Amino acid sequence: MGSGDPYGMPISHALASGMGGIRTAGDLVARMQLHRKMRLPEAKAYVAEKLHIGTRELSDEVTMRELREELDIGVLTSMPKAARGLEAKARIASLLEVSIPSVVRLREKIGPG
Amino acid sequence: MTKVYTRMGDGHAVEMTVDEIRADILAGTEDAADRGKIPPLSEGERDYLLDLFTFEGKIVGVVPGDEVVLTDDGSVNALYGAQSSSGVGVPISRESAIRVYERAFAMDTMEVGHPDYSFKPVKPIIALELQAMESVLHTTIIPMYYGAMPNLALYARPDGPFGNPADLLPMGKIDEARSAQEEAAEASTRDMIYVGKRMAEVGADGFNFDTTASAGDAEFLATLNAVEELARTTDLSIEVGMAAEFVLGMHGKVTYDGVRLAGLYPHQQVKLVEKAGAHIFGPVVNTNTRRSTAWNVSRAVTFVKACSEAATIPVHANVGIGVGGVPMCETPPTSMVTRASVAMVTIGRVDGL
Repeated sequence: MGSGDPYGMPISHALASGMGGIRTAGDLVARMQLHRKMRLPEAKAYVAEKLHIGTRELSDEVTMRELREELDIGVLTSMPKAARGLEAKARIASLLEVSIPSVVRLREKIGPG
Repeated sequence: MTKVYTRMGDGHAVEMTVDEIRADILAGTEDAADRGKIPPLSEGERDYLLDLFTFEGKIVGVVPGDEVVLTDDGSVNALYGAQSSSGVGVPISRESAIRVYERAFAMDTMEVGHPDYSFKPVKPIIALELQAMESVLHTTIIPMYYGAMPNLALYARPDGPFGNPADLLPMGKIDEARSAQEEAAEASTRDMIYVGKRMAEVGADGFNFDTTASAGDAEFLATLNAVEELARTTDLSIEVGMAAEFVLGMHGKVTYDGVRLAGLYPHQQVKLVEKAGAHIFGPVVNTNTRRSTAWNVSRAVTFVKACSEAATIPVHANVGIGVGGVPMCETPPTSMVTRASVAMVTIGRVDGL
């Protein structure tokens, strides 16, 4: 995005055209761009296939809120026992079949046992 | 005749007729086409922009399902920082601010960045930055970048050890200015690689070069060389965001992959960034404060559309203060920010912002 106060810049863009982060599947689509250099249509199609939903539902807050809880990949609202932080990312790495560096590091730290 | 309440490029309100806005949209795209030697917007695309800028509602949005991925520069400095970073001075830690951006602001990605936000000052405090990155990676879900500016100017006297081209050039010392920039670029590349490799070691998802080429073509070369090395030796996802629409020829002769860097526009810049191995490119188109926002947005999306068409990697257009059609003012009006946002997605065909 770029410089600007939080209301004028990130919040305005998030409302106008943002995927929605962990409110939806924004972080998942972002991962495919970051880790596989996928253009947007390809990244959305890849994630939608893994989630067994349509691409429009990727940014549907209600669909994704329920699905994220069901898949236990981290939900927006703070919920006891739900996967958090690295726990959620480890599940996302498996779900999307992508290598997430911090998850790789975690697995190296805990060892094969 | 009905007047439309809109904004100038400096953010101030202005009333314009529909015909005046239509003429500005045409003039904006023709200016970009002329400078970049790229196609102007079609009549249908100009009509879309006219609808966008004559719509009476305060804010606008894309069609559901057409949303794009957001990456950010400047980190969360805007929440806890001071005026120079558009900061609103909330007394909150950097790590906490990142959690706010993830959980309250619906960001798709975020980054850790030092308040100084240049690579050179990060090097002596790298342990502090690694600690912040490690802490954030444990508690967040969204992809996490480390971000900073190449900022080659910091390597020139009096801030750095090398000659200052801004002093040497007015004295006619062209060769000395060029040598100074080449030496500074090599030092800058080494610093960026050092910080990048350390961030890769702790598991950062990505590395964001922000405002690349702010000091001109030598800085662009320094960044491309750093990108090449980091893409070759680490798992970092690399984003290169530019400083301006046009690479300034402060050196004038430096090349990358046989291409002279001075004078390149976004659709040409992206090809070299791809070649270096980056994963995401962030084009910049500067805002003209004396023209209307309609003129600026039309001009910006013309450049960005050409860039998106030329790219094979995702394109995340810069749409912060003073770029991408967004007005150049401290509190950018949400009416114009959302219009620039929608135009970039719908006509610029960006993969993200």
